[in-house]
Amino acid sequence: MTLYFLTMVLFVMGLYCLVAKKNIIKKIIGIVIIEYSINLFLILVGWRKGGIAPILMKGMDQKELVEHSVDPLPQALVLTSIVIGLGVLALMVSICLRLYEKYKTFDMSKINRLKG
Amino acid sequence: MQGYYPLFTAIPLGMAFFNLLAAKINQKISDFLAFLAMASLSVMAVKMLFEAPFAYHVGGWAPPFGILLISDGLSSMLLVIINVIGLLAMIYSTKYMDSYTAKEKYYTLFLLMIAGMNGVVITGDLFNLYVFLEIASIASYALVGFGCEKNELEASFKYLILGGVASTLILFGIAFLYSLTGTLNMPDVAIELGKIGMNKGVGFVMALFIAGFGLKASSVPFHAWLPDAHPSAPAPISAMLSGVLIKALGVYSIARLMFHIFGPSALVSSIIMFLGALSMVVGVFLAVGQHDFKRMLAYHSISQMGYVTLGIGLGLNPNVSPALAALALFGGLFHMVNHAVFKSCLFLCSGAFEYRTGTRDKLKMGGLVRKMPVTSATCSIASLSISGVPPFNGFWSKLIIIFAFLKAGYTIYGVLAIFVAFMTMISFIRLQMNVLFGELPKRFEKIKEAPFLMTLPLVVLAILCLAIGIAYPFIDSVMLEAAKDTLLDQAAFLSFIAGV
Amino acid sequence: MADDKIKKMIHDSEHGMTSIVKTIVRFVIGIIFVFGVYIILYGHLTPGGGFAGGVILACGYIILTLGFGKILGLKKLSDKVASVLDTAGVLVFLIIGLAGFTGGYFFLNFMAKGEIFHLASAGTIPLMNIAIGVKVTASIFAVFIALSIFGKFVSALGESSEENRKGSNEE
Repeated sequence: MTLYFLTMVLFVMGLYCLVAKKNIIKKIIGIVIIEYSINLFLILVGWRKGGIAPILMKGMDQKELVEHSVDPLPQALVLTSIVIGLGVLALMVSICLRLYEKYKTFDMSKINRLKG
Repeated sequence: MQGYYPLFTAIPLGMAFFNLLAAKINQKISDFLAFLAMASLSVMAVKMLFEAPFAYHVGGWAPPFGILLISDGLSSMLLVIINVIGLLAMIYSTKYMDSYTAKEKYYTLFLLMIAGMNGVVITGDLFNLYVFLEIASIASYALVGFGCEKNELEASFKYLILGGVASTLILFGIAFLYSLTGTLNMPDVAIELGKIGMNKGVGFVMALFIAGFGLKASSVPFHAWLPDAHPSAPAPISAMLSGVLIKALGVYSIARLMFHIFGPSALVSSIIMFLGALSMVVGVFLAVGQHDFKRMLAYHSISQMGYVTLGIGLGLNPNVSPALAALALFGGLFHMVNHAVFKSCLFLCSGAFEYRTGTRDKLKMGGLVRKMPVTSATCSIASLSISGVPPFNGFWSKLIIIFAFLKAGYTIYGVLAIFVAFMTMISFIRLQMNVLFGELPKRFEKIKEAPFLMTLPLVVLAILCLAIGIAYPFIDSVMLEAAKDTLLDQAAFLSFIAGV
Repeated sequence: MADDKIKKMIHDSEHGMTSIVKTIVRFVIGIIFVFGVYIILYGHLTPGGGFAGGVILACGYIILTLGFGKILGLKKLSDKVASVLDTAGVLVFLIIGLAGFTGGYFFLNFMAKGEIFHLASAGTIPLMNIAIGVKVTASIFAVFIALSIFGKFVSALGESSEENRKGSNEE
C-alpha cells in the first residue's frame, strides 16, 4: 500500500512541476515524471510477494512458473508505454528547440502570442 | 470484407511509410499513392455499413487472450466519417499543401493520424485503444506545428502538454481497471465489472476516463488547447482535427466506455450533460467576439460538440423513459455526423479564402462572393447548416436534441440549447456579412476562384449538408439507427467475447 | 573517403573527444554492437527483443559519434540511410503481419514454431524482432542526429547569440 501511495506522490510532484514551473524544459520533465509514476503503478499492479520473473528457463515446469511468477502483462504494457513516451519526449524536445530558435527564450510566460 | 478488417489500420500505416520511399523517386507518385490509400479506405468503410456485426481475432488468438477487433453499428458509422472526410481533406491538400515544404512528410503524418483513428474505432481492447490513441495524437501534435512558425509551435506545444496529461490519465485509468478486473479485453472487462458492481475504485476510473477523454474531446473545463491548436494547423488538418479527431478520440471513446463497459448510470449521465451544456454555452460566447475566421470556427467546434455530449449524456440516464433516452442519443449521434460534415466544410472554406486572400481576419475580407462564387456558396450552405436553418442537416439534429430534452423534463438544458442555436446563428450571419458580402477591398480586385482540387471537396461537402438534411430517412436507416441500437444494447457487446 | 583519412580522423585531436575517450570507445564499441545483435536475435527466448536491442545498437552509434565527432558518425550511418532503414523496418514488419492473411488472420504466426529454447523457434517473432531492431536503431539515431547535430546547424544559421551557441554545445 505504501508503494502505491508513493507512486501517487510522484504523480502529484510531476503535476506540480508541470503547473508551477515556467521553464518549458521543466514542464517536459514534469510530464515525464507523471508518465513514469503511471508506469511504476502499472508494474506494481502485476507485482506479487515473492514472485519470480516470468521467464521460462530450461528445466522449469510450466505450471510451477505460472504459480510463482509475477503478472507479465503489465510489464509488456509498461514497455509499450515507455516506447510511446520516448516518441512523445522526442517530439516535445524538438518542438522546444524550435521554440527557442523563434522566441530566444525557454520561459513559457514570454511565449504568449496566442490567448487560449 | 470480414476477413480483411485489420486493413483499416494496415493500409494507412503501410502507405504512410511507403510514401516516404516513393517520394524519393517522384513527388507526383506520392500524391497519387496517398489519394489511392484514402480512396480505397473510403470504399471499404462505406461497404462496412452493410455488414452484420462481427468480432475479429488478431493472429487467430481467441479472446480474452488475443486482441479483439469489433465491428458494429457505431464503429461502422465512425469509420465512414473518418475515412470519407479524410479522403476529401486529402484531395484538398494535394493543392493546398504546395505552399509548404516536405509534402511527403505531411502525407505520412496524415495517414498515421488516419491509422490511429481507425484503430481507436475498430479495437475491442483497452490497451490497444490507448496505443492507437497515442499514434493519432502524436501525429496530430506534429501536424499542428507543421508550419514551424511562432504561432504554430506555441499552439503545438500547448496541445502536446495537455494531450500528454490526457494520455497519462487514460493510461492510469486503464491500469486501475486492469487491477480491478484482471483483463483488458473490453467485453471481458464489462462482464467482470458487472460482477463487482459499483464501488469507489470504479468511480475513480470513471472520473479518470471522463477527465482524460474530456481533454481529448475538449469539453469546457478542458478546452484551453483547442482554440489555439485547430486554427494553427494547415486548413485540411484543421478540418480533420475539428471534424473527426475530437469525435473519434474523445466522444466516441467516452460513449463506448460509458455505455458498454460501465453501463448507464444517473451520476455519470448528469456529469456528462453538465459538461456538454457548459461547453455549449461557453464555446458560443467566446466565439462571438472572434475576428480570426478559423479561431471562431474552433470555438464553435467546442460549442457544437457540447450538443453531442449533451445528447449522449441523456442517453446514459437510466431514469428517463427508454424511448426518450434513445431519442436524445440518436440526436447526439446525428449531430456528430452533421458536425463532421459542415465543420470540415467551413474549415476547408476558410483555407480556400486564406489561400487566395492571404488573411484569416474576417474584418479584412469582404465581398468575396463576387470573386470566389463557388467557395462562397459552399461556405454559405455550411453556415446555414451549422446555424440550424431548415432544410439543412444541422436543423434536424438540433431539433431532435432540443425536443428530447424538453420532453424529458430537462427544461433548462433544452432552453439553453435553443439559446445557443440562436447565438450560433447570429455569429454566422455576422461572418457572412463580413466575408461574403459587403464591400470588396481594393487589394482583392485581382483574386480568382480557388483551384478545382480545392473546390471539389467543398462542393461535395455542401451537397452532403443538403442531402443529409433532405434524404434523412435513408441516412437514418443505413447508419444512425444501427449506431444507436449498438450503444443501447450492452448485451450484444458482451456477446463479442464468445465470438460471432 | 579513403581508409587513411578515417585513420587520421580517429587519431586527430580536432575531431571528437580526448584520446582516453577514443581508446575506450574503440575498446567497447564491438562489445556493444555484438550485445545489441544478441539481444535482438534472442528476443523470443530471453528478456529483450527488437526495441531493447535496437536501443543498444543506436547507443553504439551515438557513442561513436560522441567519441569521434559527427563526421565519422554520419559516415557510419548517415541520416539518409537511417531514414530509409527506418521506413524499411516498418514495412518489413507490416509485410510479415500481412503475410498472416495466407493463414486467414492478420499477424497470424504462420511459420513452423520449431522447438522451444532453440534460436530458430517461435515462427515469425524473431523476424519481427529483427525488423523492429533495424527500425529502432535507425530512428533513435536519427532522432539523436536531428536533435544534436542538425539542431546545432539550424541555430548557427539563425541569428545565434552567445548563449545560443553555449546551449547547443552542451548537447
